[in-house]
Amino acid sequence: MGIYLVGALLIGCALFLNRRRVLNYILVTVFVLLQWGLTIFAWLHRDKVVLVYFTPDALSVIFLSTLSVISVPAFWHSYIYFNSDREIPRERSIYYAAMVILLAALSAAFLANHIAINWIFVELTTLSASALIYHRRNVRTLEGTWKYLFVCSISIMLVFIGILLLTVAVQEAGFSDLGYAVLAARAGLLNTFWLKLAFLFVFTGFTAKMGLAPMYTAGIDAKDKAPSPAGALFSSVLLMVGFLGIFRVYTIISRTEIFPWAGRILFISGFLSVFVATVYMLRVKNLKRMFAYSSVEHMGLVVLGLAAGGVGYYAAILHIILHSFTKSALFFQVGQVYRIYKSKSIYNVGDYFRFNPAGALVLLFGFFFVTAMPPSGLFISEFLIFSALFAGGHTWLLAAVLLLLTLIIWSFGKNIFKILFIKPVGFDEAVVEKIAPAESLSQFVFLALVVYLGFYPPAVFVDLINHAIGILIK
Amino acid sequence: MTNILLIIFVISLVHMGLSKRLNTYTSVLAFQGILLFGVAFIELIQINVPNLLFVLLETIGFKTIAIPYFLNYLIRRNKITRESDPFLPDFISVVIVTSIIICSFLLSNAIRDTHIQKILFVAALSALFTGLYFIISRKKIITHVMGFLVIENGVFVLSLAVGAEMPLLVNIGILLDIFASVFLLGVFVNKIGDVLQEQDVDQLRNLKD
Repeated sequence: MGIYLVGALLIGCALFLNRRRVLNYILVTVFVLLQWGLTIFAWLHRDKVVLVYFTPDALSVIFLSTLSVISVPAFWHSYIYFNSDREIPRERSIYYAAMVILLAALSAAFLANHIAINWIFVELTTLSASALIYHRRNVRTLEGTWKYLFVCSISIMLVFIGILLLTVAVQEAGFSDLGYAVLAARAGLLNTFWLKLAFLFVFTGFTAKMGLAPMYTAGIDAKDKAPSPAGALFSSVLLMVGFLGIFRVYTIISRTEIFPWAGRILFISGFLSVFVATVYMLRVKNLKRMFAYSSVEHMGLVVLGLAAGGVGYYAAILHIILHSFTKSALFFQVGQVYRIYKSKSIYNVGDYFRFNPAGALVLLFGFFFVTAMPPSGLFISEFLIFSALFAGGHTWLLAAVLLLLTLIIWSFGKNIFKILFIKPVGFDEAVVEKIAPAESLSQFVFLALVVYLGFYPPAVFVDLINHAIGILIK
Repeated sequence: MTNILLIIFVISLVHMGLSKRLNTYTSVLAFQGILLFGVAFIELIQINVPNLLFVLLETIGFKTIAIPYFLNYLIRRNKITRESDPFLPDFISVVIVTSIIICSFLLSNAIRDTHIQKILFVAALSALFTGLYFIISRKKIITHVMGFLVIENGVFVLSLAVGAEMPLLVNIGILLDIFASVFLLGVFVNKIGDVLQEQDVDQLRNLKD
């Protein structure tokens, strides 16, 4: 663990200082190896405290493995991105340095067993993510970065206020340790008034990272303006860090009498997220933004599952993992779409099957998968979430959500089929770049993984999720 | 003594709501740094020396000297005009800030808790909401950063309310946060200043659906 943190920091600095192409890629490879080393280390040290502040528990092990799996194609597609786009050594080295720091901060935040340590690393993800968003260095990215940085700084501040309020409750209960294990064990002693306030602040703050209403706005611009490989990371693993922050506090709350109240907050936020996503999905004209709003919708569903309880806990975690794979596959594909059409607007792209059949298949399957049609693993998790809602007696909420989802599927399908089959207006076919089908390979692997994990989940995986939610159910 | 300092702190928030010039904002921020130094000194005198020194360095070094200096540098470098261009007239601004203070007073009074000093809570909450109010009611990008700093000050007061048991690590976190965010925000103000002539949020309205 110590080796990993120091190593990642050193690699980040070395990447930043070094402008040589070969050396950059060697360093990135070393980092990927280090990342996988950490993942194996976490598997071997399940539930053991490492370096005082880190404990790889079940949830962090799943999330860390997901992160490591996604990081490999993320670097691979970044490599393709730099090969096909203009490549300025300075920008490239900053890009890779920021990505390495982002991944390292995310891993550390996953493993942290102390709420303040988690907070520090989440803060670090904001800073490194803004470097990635600003990569193209034009007015639009400047605007996106500014908004992301500002909204995230404020929400991180809100999380910090939440932690302070939690500290008040903790001190009144007569102890001073803010480790998650201690907090959960003594949750019954905490003053519910402070706990409620703390939960509100922490939850609102982390919604910026997770992409839920009310603070979802920052993430949309970020995913739109960052290069697609970075966008894939933002819409998969960065959401997980927000979920983790909320989940950890929620487990503490689950041992107190205000648990139903916290559940209601989650219901409100989840429903609002689905609603907002629907409204924007109906009129959005930018491919990347459409995917970003679809993430907002899925995060809303995850939170609804978490609030519904019962089988919903399992479904929520399954859903967020499967969503990460699906959405990152789609974002990697957007990079190829952009290379062909030089545009992300739905007006300017079309007839994609002719120019890049492999990529078009990814988009088509991705559409079926992300709207949770049966071959997709998301179908299982979404179905479980809905049955949890039904079992919990939230029939009206379920009906409303289903109605909104229908609208989302309609508008999503309309746009995707336009891209795939209808000829674009005023598009010069002579200058189309040929894209090798092999570049879509990673996306097919991810989509296959979604089917596999959804329909034939390996025993280890199910066991990990059950352990992760074991702390929720008394 | 703490009470007096905190009351002055709250009054300085009203003054910020009243004034229009950017220079006033930076000097009020510096002044708030001194006030916070006083409060921290009185409240935390019994904790161990390195921790105390650290907090004092944070208030005096960063909040009073470094950040206002940096903000003034930004204003000069980007040739930002002196006016803060509020959306609302001063009078309404003062009314809003005052009602924020009254609301946080009422809210804090609702807390039935003997452990916490309510006045710290009042000051913290008013600073938090006043900062948010500044962010939504001012046009200039740099005033958004200042609103953020006011929120930071409020959080600092709140952390004093929590008391002396804050571990050093968390303190380092705060410092990192302030340093990194203000520094980065400042860098981006510079960049925006290079790209756009007029530093208004109206310029940042291209990203939408």
